[in-house]
Amino acid sequence: MEFFLSALDYLLGIPFLGWGENVGFIYKGLLLLVALLIFVAYFLLADRKIWAAVQMRRGPNLVGIFGLFQSFADMLKFVFKEPVIPAGSDKFVFLLAPFVTVMLALAAWAVIPLDYGWALADINVGILYIFAISSLGVYGIIMGGWASNSKYAFLGALRSAAQMVSYEVSIGFVIVTVLLLVGSLNLTDIVVAQSEMGLAYVLGVPWMNFLNWFWLPLFPMFIIFFISLLAETNRPPFDLPEAESELVAGFMVEYGSTPYMMFMLGEYVAIVLMCSLTTILFLGGWAAPLEIAPFTWIPGAVWFILKVWLVFFMVSMVKAFVPRYRYDQLMRLGWKVFLPISIFMIFVVALVLQLTGWGWHGGLGGLA
Amino acid sequence: MRILQFLNSLLLKEFVAAFFLSMKYFFAPKATIYYPFEKGHVSPRFRGEHALRRYANGEERCIACKLCEAICPAQAITIEAGPSKEGVRRTTRYDIDMTKCIYCGFCQEACPVDAIVEGPNFEYATETREELFYDKAKLLDNGDRWEREIAQNLSLDAPYR
Repeated sequence: MEFFLSALDYLLGIPFLGWGENVGFIYKGLLLLVALLIFVAYFLLADRKIWAAVQMRRGPNLVGIFGLFQSFADMLKFVFKEPVIPAGSDKFVFLLAPFVTVMLALAAWAVIPLDYGWALADINVGILYIFAISSLGVYGIIMGGWASNSKYAFLGALRSAAQMVSYEVSIGFVIVTVLLLVGSLNLTDIVVAQSEMGLAYVLGVPWMNFLNWFWLPLFPMFIIFFISLLAETNRPPFDLPEAESELVAGFMVEYGSTPYMMFMLGEYVAIVLMCSLTTILFLGGWAAPLEIAPFTWIPGAVWFILKVWLVFFMVSMVKAFVPRYRYDQLMRLGWKVFLPISIFMIFVVALVLQLTGWGWHGGLGGLA
Repeated sequence: MRILQFLNSLLLKEFVAAFFLSMKYFFAPKATIYYPFEKGHVSPRFRGEHALRRYANGEERCIACKLCEAICPAQAITIEAGPSKEGVRRTTRYDIDMTKCIYCGFCQEACPVDAIVEGPNFEYATETREELFYDKAKLLDNGDRWEREIAQNLSLDAPYR
């Protein structure tokens, strides 16, 4: 009986046996999920608004004040539309693909720490977990493209597969440089390490925390990571899988209604995930930019969300001012520019760490 | 030259410049107007909905010369002529098929008495096709309704004709 209750306790998060360690796990998960989906709705709106503003348009502004309910109205529209399944498609895989995309995009959020100790699962190989999950993301697209039984969808899926695989290589190497500095795969450790060593300590002004964060010592990697995340999430200027002028909508050609909405949802959740990963790896996670009074009063989660918004703003702006790359240019950039630079930087970072003894060893200042 | 080009692309010079340029436009005044509530400027030469005008004493201008019918490239105008109550030549029927009309403005150019004109109104969408088959009564009604704007537009455009 006690085993049964504790199993319920663990699975449902209902404290049948008092407040144990895993109590509220499901509640926390649901809370994160709901908050994330609401945020994604506003990221989508912000994306459209920012794009519109650069083109001197107003963007959606009629549903709710400033168009704040536009994403929800769109969601309702998608849900109430009739899903059309092509006769020649593989129905099971066709419907499975959007679910796979959404599931994988959401699953990666389990290890993201919004504040100290706020990660749903604070596992020791957090960064590897995220890397593995986001690599799997390509399956949703390939399944969708193949099951549609349409040449545009298939070409879009092929492009997407090649593109995501290419850019994961450079993302991987960028992450390796960060891991060299930190010496841990745990995302919480990575964030903590950024506030405990860096340029601010070298200059003797440890309260100027933003100088500590890895964007400064690893600046080229920060830029490469940012560009690679655009390619990884199929954002413009690397949105070749759904290039309107060539492939209509790429792997999503045959999708409509709710499955289409799930693809879009998965895409935006993945974008926000990559933005938070940038925040964690390079922008100090939940740490305040200045470790002085008015800044430290604000909770860490707020800082984290603000930084994610900042990165997302840049992602949106890039969409507005960079034209789409040609496919061979995309591949050249990935394999012949980013890959050599990131490998070279790993060498440089490792050499510097070896010669100076600099690096995070669990204490302040960066030196053992 | 090649080195300069290499440095430019390595330092993302063009992307940084493009970012600041687009930030300039980001804060620029928006070009969008809230259409049903505010409307864009309409030129005096604008060729919108047709209207048949009257003289100030209420007499119809149209003398049924059928020049507009003859010149209409879409053959949208149908006119039948006959004597009016006063015994002068006037139209007994003046129909414009607005679904055929291409809004070229030839009818108002051809008209010797400024009777048929294309007014400034562009908001006359209908729910049925039949409502767009305008007859003489509808066109005269349009003329009465839009006379002030039409007269002003004609006088504004007169120096350039």
